[in-house]
Amino acid sequence: MSVAFSDAGRKEFERLLARYPEKEAVILPALHLVQKEFGYVSDEAIVYIAGLLSVAPAQIEGVATFYTMYNRKPVGKYHVQVCRNLSCSLMGAEHLIGHLSRKLGIEPGETTPDGKFTLSEVECLGSCGTAPVMQVNDEYHENLTEESIDAVLDGLP
Amino acid sequence: METVLTTHFADERYRFIDTYRGFGGYEALRKAISMPRDAIVEEVRKANLRGRGGAGFPAGVKWGFLPKDMSRPRVLVVNADEGEPGTFKDRRIMSRAPHLLVEGLAIACYALTIHKAYIYIRGEFVREAGILDEAVSEAYASGFLGKDILGSGFDLDVTVHRGAGAYICGEETSTLNSLEGKRGWPRLKPPFPATIGAFGLPTIVNNVETLSDVPWIITHGGERFAALGCEKNGGTRLVGVSGPVQRPGIYELPADVNLRHVIYDVAGGLRDGKKLKAVIPGGSSTPVLRADEIDVNFDIESMAKLGTMAGTSGVIVIPEGTCMVRALRVLMNFYAHESCGQCTPCREGTGWLRKVVGRIEAGEGRPRDIELILDLCDNMMGRTICALADAAAMPAQSFLWKFREEFDRHIRDRKCPYGNRF
Ligand SMILES: Cc1cc2nc3c(=O)[nH]c(=O)nc-3n(C[C@H](O)[C@H](O)[C@H](O)COP(=O)(O)O)c2cc1C
Ligand code: SF4
Ligand code: FES
Repeated sequence: MSVAFSDAGRKEFERLLARYPEKEAVILPALHLVQKEFGYVSDEAIVYIAGLLSVAPAQIEGVATFYTMYNRKPVGKYHVQVCRNLSCSLMGAEHLIGHLSRKLGIEPGETTPDGKFTLSEVECLGSCGTAPVMQVNDEYHENLTEESIDAVLDGLP
Repeated sequence: METVLTTHFADERYRFIDTYRGFGGYEALRKAISMPRDAIVEEVRKANLRGRGGAGFPAGVKWGFLPKDMSRPRVLVVNADEGEPGTFKDRRIMSRAPHLLVEGLAIACYALTIHKAYIYIRGEFVREAGILDEAVSEAYASGFLGKDILGSGFDLDVTVHRGAGAYICGEETSTLNSLEGKRGWPRLKPPFPATIGAFGLPTIVNNVETLSDVPWIITHGGERFAALGCEKNGGTRLVGVSGPVQRPGIYELPADVNLRHVIYDVAGGLRDGKKLKAVIPGGSSTPVLRADEIDVNFDIESMAKLGTMAGTSGVIVIPEGTCMVRALRVLMNFYAHESCGQCTPCREGTGWLRKVVGRIEAGEGRPRDIELILDLCDNMMGRTICALADAAAMPAQSFLWKFREEFDRHIRDRKCPYGNRF
């Protein structure tokens, strides 16, 4: 499968290129753009970005695998990421991860068979004062309880 | 109490430029560009403004490290990577008062003759990055950024740059590599960023809160800022309190506020009648304190005297009934996950700490494991490219020193007395 940015994506890429003194600096923003357009960072997307920037695919791959936010494999329509670090743990995060696991029928790291949800445990989300916290795609949900988790997830189309 | 940062945080429209200007916003920038550049740096020096990113380096002194020779352009990098567990203050500034940061960085750039600034924000903060983007656009449209700022002839371009999920990218040289589109591997120092930083250029890296303090300093003078704190720590700090307290949150307090006061008065003490067991005072990397050690002021020197650090001023409150072995295991998982792997003592050491603390918690600890952990820490500290290895070793050591009997008991009884749960 060959990949290419949409027209809007291509335009955004060009705009980004002009923002930096060196083209390599566009790698991170470009990978964010890839993920936004295609859902994850496939091998084909890596070759595509390497081509646009005239660098070796291995260089892009090395960067893509270093950062946890770039999904190298497809994830569900909703990526549910729950903080498991200390402040959240003290406020019941482990219990809520168990609840999510049972509710979705999957373990952390897995995706539901219908492709709707991926559940992940992540490190501190920088929201410790409103612990426990999860991020669903780009959005934060704070002060979580079992009920509020149900309300958020059940409300997703 | 006089506040520097949070005065208008309750106003939801404060993040927009009209409201910000209505409260006098950008007048500090106007004042700054009428001042000699050296005089601005001198005010920041007099303010005793210590870096709020964790290390506490005096901002005015750091600014003085840029080479005198102006032949190479210079760069400012704002560190908005905020990822130290227990820390959530910069996010608050960026979401409530992005223009404080924009004005502060503009003043810093003017003072240091910097024409290009990057705000490196952690990738997860999508909403905050959007708010910053909008604030930056507003500032351009009003003539506070861009070409010929306020008719001064001074140009400044600002780019908001998102990270992509890696705690280590908050370490300033890792930030620079990440900004350049590389893996976030910290660099050997020297050379320091002030000599060779972003894109090979002389660079100043400052934390969000550090720069957000600058407009107030210019408006009111360095001496007044200094007077809000204590002798070597000027101003206020955004103290974050997390864990089971009555009122977790961000509080702006004098830089030398008393820690007991923070926990019991400001945050209202513990919930549900719980008792205090321990406090991690300045983000997860700072040595833990026992409940009987919290009568200390938060300034950098007082905390150091007690063998801990003010760090990022992210106070994690740990209640009685918490298994300290489990708490340490959570932290050791974190550091093992976040080590970039360049240095053997850190890569191997954080991996071993995770494993050994994990087995103690699982009831499979061995009699010599305590010594093993302490040896591992000795081998990590001060022997690596960056401070992440120390950041992992300090909690490990301090948990053992302060709560030794809990570790012994896990090993002796071959099980967790708390039932392996929080
Ligand atoms: C592992 C590690 C992570 C760090 N993370 C951050 C961070 O997220 N934000 C930050 O401002 N400083 C962080 N720092 C400190 C920076 O290296 C640097 O000292 C700081 O950005 C300088 O700004 P300041 O002088 O204004 O505090 C980190 C340091 C280390 C060793
Ligand atoms: S100390 Fe650890 S995180 Fe820092 S450079 Fe070395 S391996 Fe990487
Ligand atoms: S520990 Fe969960 S957001 Fe910080």
